[in-house]
Amino acid sequence: MTVPLLKVDNLAVEFGPKANPIRVVDGVSFEIPPAGAVGIVGESGSGKSITSLSILRLISEPPGRIVQGRIEFNGVNLLDLPRSEMPDIRGRDIAMIFQEPMSSLNPVMTIGDQIGEAIKLHEDMPGEKRRERVIEMLRLVGIPDPAGRLDSYPHQFSGGMRQRVMIAMALVCNPKLLIADEPTTALDVTIQAQVLDLMHKLRRTLNTAVLLISHDLGVIADVCERVVVMYAGRVVEEADIRSIFRNPQHPYTRGLLQSIPKLDDDRDRLYQIPGSVPLAGSVKKGCPFYQRCSLRIDKCAQEMPPMFSFGPDQRAACWVTAGQADAKAKEVAL
Amino acid sequence: MRDLGGGKTMARYLLLRLADAVPTILLVLTLVFIAMRILPGDPAIAALGDMATPEQLELFREKMGLNAPLWLQYINFVWGMLTLDFGRSLMNNQSVLALIAYNLPYTIELTIVAMILGVGFGIPLGVLAATHRNKAADNAVRGFSLLGYAVPDFYLGALLLITFSLNLGWFPINGGGEGFFDRMHHVFLPAVTLALVKAAFIGRLTRTSLLEVFGKDYIRTARAKGAREPRVIYRHGLRNALLPLTTGIGLSTLATLSGSVAIELVFNRPGIGKLLISAISERDYAVIQGGVVIFSLFVVLINLLMDLVYIVVDPRIRVQ
Ligand SMILES: Nc1ncnc2c1ncn2[C@@H]1O[C@H](COP(=O)(O)OP(=O)(O)OP(=O)(O)O)[C@@H](O)[C@H]1O
Ligand code: SF4
Ligand SMILES: [Mg+2]
Repeated sequence: MTVPLLKVDNLAVEFGPKANPIRVVDGVSFEIPPAGAVGIVGESGSGKSITSLSILRLISEPPGRIVQGRIEFNGVNLLDLPRSEMPDIRGRDIAMIFQEPMSSLNPVMTIGDQIGEAIKLHEDMPGEKRRERVIEMLRLVGIPDPAGRLDSYPHQFSGGMRQRVMIAMALVCNPKLLIADEPTTALDVTIQAQVLDLMHKLRRTLNTAVLLISHDLGVIADVCERVVVMYAGRVVEEADIRSIFRNPQHPYTRGLLQSIPKLDDDRDRLYQIPGSVPLAGSVKKGCPFYQRCSLRIDKCAQEMPPMFSFGPDQRAACWVTAGQADAKAKEVAL
Repeated sequence: MRDLGGGKTMARYLLLRLADAVPTILLVLTLVFIAMRILPGDPAIAALGDMATPEQLELFREKMGLNAPLWLQYINFVWGMLTLDFGRSLMNNQSVLALIAYNLPYTIELTIVAMILGVGFGIPLGVLAATHRNKAADNAVRGFSLLGYAVPDFYLGALLLITFSLNLGWFPINGGGEGFFDRMHHVFLPAVTLALVKAAFIGRLTRTSLLEVFGKDYIRTARAKGAREPRVIYRHGLRNALLPLTTGIGLSTLATLSGSVAIELVFNRPGIGKLLISAISERDYAVIQGGVVIFSLFVVLINLLMDLVYIVVDPRIRVQ
């Protein structure tokens, strides 16, 4: 296997008072190869955003803090770096875009200035060249008449166009990794498809690795090669797209797959996993999915399942399916 | 993607605002007119004294137009005010306009210097408090604000006057001064007095607005693209906090204007406030009338100025 571009190892994040912390992300590990695309999927509150913000050390502290683990980027543990070095990495090596295109751009700065600022922060480029680069970037993300739009303000763009501007701003310094936290969730379906298409295209032309966060497996399947499934702050399954769709090993992943709408669907209502996500940090013992699981056995309530390996490309944390797959499954050392 | 906010829309916005000010001004004039008629005391007696004969009083009323029907008095009054014809002082027969023209610059000067000091100290204090939330610096700023609110400005003014003018002799005791430096020397203590409560108010407001802005998504975006904290705070944070701050600074300017009345008395310096107070004690209706109208026009003007600043500060207004 190639050396990963990003390696998150046993990450844990806590909120609240130190004496009585709430652990909202616990033992999260995954890797992204250079130019690869990995998705994180999970219901609301499962810790996707906290995980992705941790990579850039953007968790506001207080109330949050990273309490354990490593985040290796190109072999360097970002958590070991002095805080003052993080701004050099943000935007230049790792860029990030967010869910809310309506509020993620500064309302009192022109689009041109905001994208230009991203260049100015990391590169010594004369103003005229910077301007050209901004225009080129806007053209690349499909903004019509880019030169004419430099002096426009965010409120003069639609949601989809703003997300394109965000993407242009994120990619303008050629980062090696783009983290996209639900980049299309706030957009309507056609715009969503266009923006995903754009991300797909840019990935290929710019060779940027992508970490795409979504609660929609379909969206992730469109862009990514691998998926990390999160539940209640933990990774419950991790596999390549093919295995996830063909042969999901965690009951939660199976539930997620059943709840994806299909074109030939004639059911009135979509399947929903019964019950709701446990409050962050509330599961202290046993499998976090226990309350909602249809396969559960007594052992599940007592012991937290470790990650089992189901073949070379798939891991899942479930006692029962690991037992069923028996010979193939073996406990992965944590 | 409709209008890109050219000069045309901006000019239209300003014109609209100006048009808005017209009824306000008329309302103010009407209120002043009514107030002057229902004020206790007969202006004729006030002007001529208790010893005046009925004939003299009658003659005075005729001359001042006080015998005309009310509607005519009203029209004459509005017209007079709009053409800046404020008449003459009943006390010393000086032109009211000249009195105002002499006193107004001192009040404007005091207001401007007080605002510069208040904003100049208030904003950095607010930034300090917001960036050190709930830490020592924040608490210190909070303490200062409480002090600023709690101490009445005339009391603080007297205190400063006694300490720095009477005892230490660093500043003049009264008057307005001649020439730029002398005037600045004279205006300093009164302005500091007014600025304290201003700095307290603007400091609190800056803290609140900044903390709100710091929670916005675009601040996270700024950090995510590699901006360092000072840039995040000033370029992205404070720049957006200016929107609510503009309103606060405008209101604070208006408060300074009325606060200047007491301060001009304490420091015995010329100004519209002082002019008004002595006119009131002498029942000099012409001067009161002129002073109040000028004061009100000032308020309208500051509101207009605030609108102008909004345009500069908030690009969203430019296109709507
Ligand atoms: N500032 C905070 N203080 C306390 N708890 C927090 C804070 N921010 C997030 N959390 C908790 O962390 C957990 C994970 O949140 P996170 O935002 O990562 O979820 P998510 O998977 O991104 O969900 P969504 O799909 O809604 O974006 C949630 O249970 C949330 O309540
Ligand atoms: S470990 Fe048990 S409770 Fe957890 S997912 Fe597997 S079967 Fe369900
Ligand atoms: Mg999220």
